[in-house]
Amino acid sequence: MIEAIFFYAFAAVLLLSAVMVISARNPVHSVLFLILAFFNAAGLFVMLGAEFIAMILVIVYVGAVAVLFLFVVMMLDIDFNELRRGMKQSAPIGALVGGILLGEFVWMYLTWPELAPDMQEKISQPMPHAEAVSNTHALGRILYTDYVYLFQLAGLILLVAMIGAIVLTLRSRPGLRRQSVSAQVSRNPKDVLKVEKISTGSGVS
Amino acid sequence: MPAYLPQKMLEWFPWLASEFFVLYVWPVVGISLAILALVVPLIVAMAYLTYAERKVLAAMQLRQGPMMVGPFGLLQPLADGLKLLGKETIIPRGANRFIFVMAPMLTFMLALVAWAVIPVNAGWVLADINVGILYLFAISSLGVYGILMAGWASNSRYAFLGGLRSAAQMVSYEVSIGLVLVTVLLTTGSLNLTDIVMAERPFWVDLLLFPMFIVFVISALAETNRAPFDLPEGESELVGGYNVEYSSMTFALFFLGEYMNMILMSGMTAVLFMGGWLPPFGIEALAAVPGVIWFALKVCFVLFIFLWARATLPRYRYDQLMRLGWKVFLPLTLLWVVVVAGALLYNNALPGME
Repeated sequence: MIEAIFFYAFAAVLLLSAVMVISARNPVHSVLFLILAFFNAAGLFVMLGAEFIAMILVIVYVGAVAVLFLFVVMMLDIDFNELRRGMKQSAPIGALVGGILLGEFVWMYLTWPELAPDMQEKISQPMPHAEAVSNTHALGRILYTDYVYLFQLAGLILLVAMIGAIVLTLRSRPGLRRQSVSAQVSRNPKDVLKVEKISTGSGVS
Repeated sequence: MPAYLPQKMLEWFPWLASEFFVLYVWPVVGISLAILALVVPLIVAMAYLTYAERKVLAAMQLRQGPMMVGPFGLLQPLADGLKLLGKETIIPRGANRFIFVMAPMLTFMLALVAWAVIPVNAGWVLADINVGILYLFAISSLGVYGILMAGWASNSRYAFLGGLRSAAQMVSYEVSIGLVLVTVLLTTGSLNLTDIVMAERPFWVDLLLFPMFIVFVISALAETNRAPFDLPEGESELVGGYNVEYSSMTFALFFLGEYMNMILMSGMTAVLFMGGWLPPFGIEALAAVPGVIWFALKVCFVLFIFLWARATLPRYRYDQLMRLGWKVFLPLTLLWVVVVAGALLYNNALPGME
């Protein structure tokens, strides 16, 4: 009973906050609702026994991605009327994309047994008990053995994305004075300081 | 039915042993008592950390520090608390009321919930979960929200700038903290904090981890927005940073959340690098002292480093702070992950390898 109560609580809050993400007027509120949605999704993962994925979801999405979202959204100066006018134009396209996605989901759900014939068998296989092998070990064993190439490939894709982002934003601006610690430390007082005796009223030439 | 309830009581109130009570009420009561047993000492420790900070700072600056309220000023934290309680809570007119009030509560709450997984003695832990260290990392990475929300909801430029600075700073140092955690995990082979404390490491592994200990303590200073990394509340340029607009209890919650975070980070350091509740340096004779006391002493030691740094070091400049995080700590910790992993592999000392 407790499980059911928690499941429905998490699921209800998750769906409600997901709706609020797209319907909230203030974009900052949207991001905060998005964070709430992530949290409830993490709660659902914990209930499934997937504690590792739950924690990673919180660390990556809430701890890093959403912080940057919030960071950017807070600094944006958004004209809501402008946004609303744009919405009317792009609503049909949005509806079309959404409709296609929904159709794909329904199609996949209906043809699931044919699409993945060996899936049924895998689902029915007994899973090792949670006490016997922890989540993290189980994931590690699969990721670093059967799927090691795919795992490395995913890492490479992220690396390319990172380098791309750096290349896109890195520009060398001329005329900037930057701090060079080594230059500061290696400065010799003799080279840069000059002590002059100046007689009163004569000034420095 | 718990055995500790006297039989007489059951005869008078038979419903105490009903299924509902046994299944749902007694466990909740038990867990609540356990939480109280952890939180009450923590809150007392937090109050006296403010006192200790003022005394340590005073001693380092050849002053007396608080000395008027009670013997040696020991009642000063209580007096401060009463004063803050008696003030008026002010919510600025342009502020976003809900988020404005939520932010300090969030900050304080997050600092408390992280303690659920920290073992203070053998078996003395509220939730002995398998992914304890990930939980700690997740909770500590959420701390930035309280500050960011406060900065934005205050509708004040100073508070906003403080919040933005803090967000950038905490995100930067989290990266190096994460990599330090990875090096520690490499040597212990478990994400469970009790297992990490109990893991037997050869001496050379401890030696290898020492640089990571230093990086972790410095990153902890930055993560808790403490001097010399206290730019988010830089008085000289931001008046007071993200908490300018806060008063009374809302301010107190921020203030206490900061101290609670310091204790949390010290607890993490004690668990990860200093052997938690075990006696220091593995000296058997010292095991007669209860583990809780060793844990508390180790936490106090790290807390003293926090206060010491505040008394000694001037504040970093913002670009220096970012440079230290991204150009020094990130490459260093990344390299050290490789070095530690390589050394463990070479000596066949990886946990779970034998």
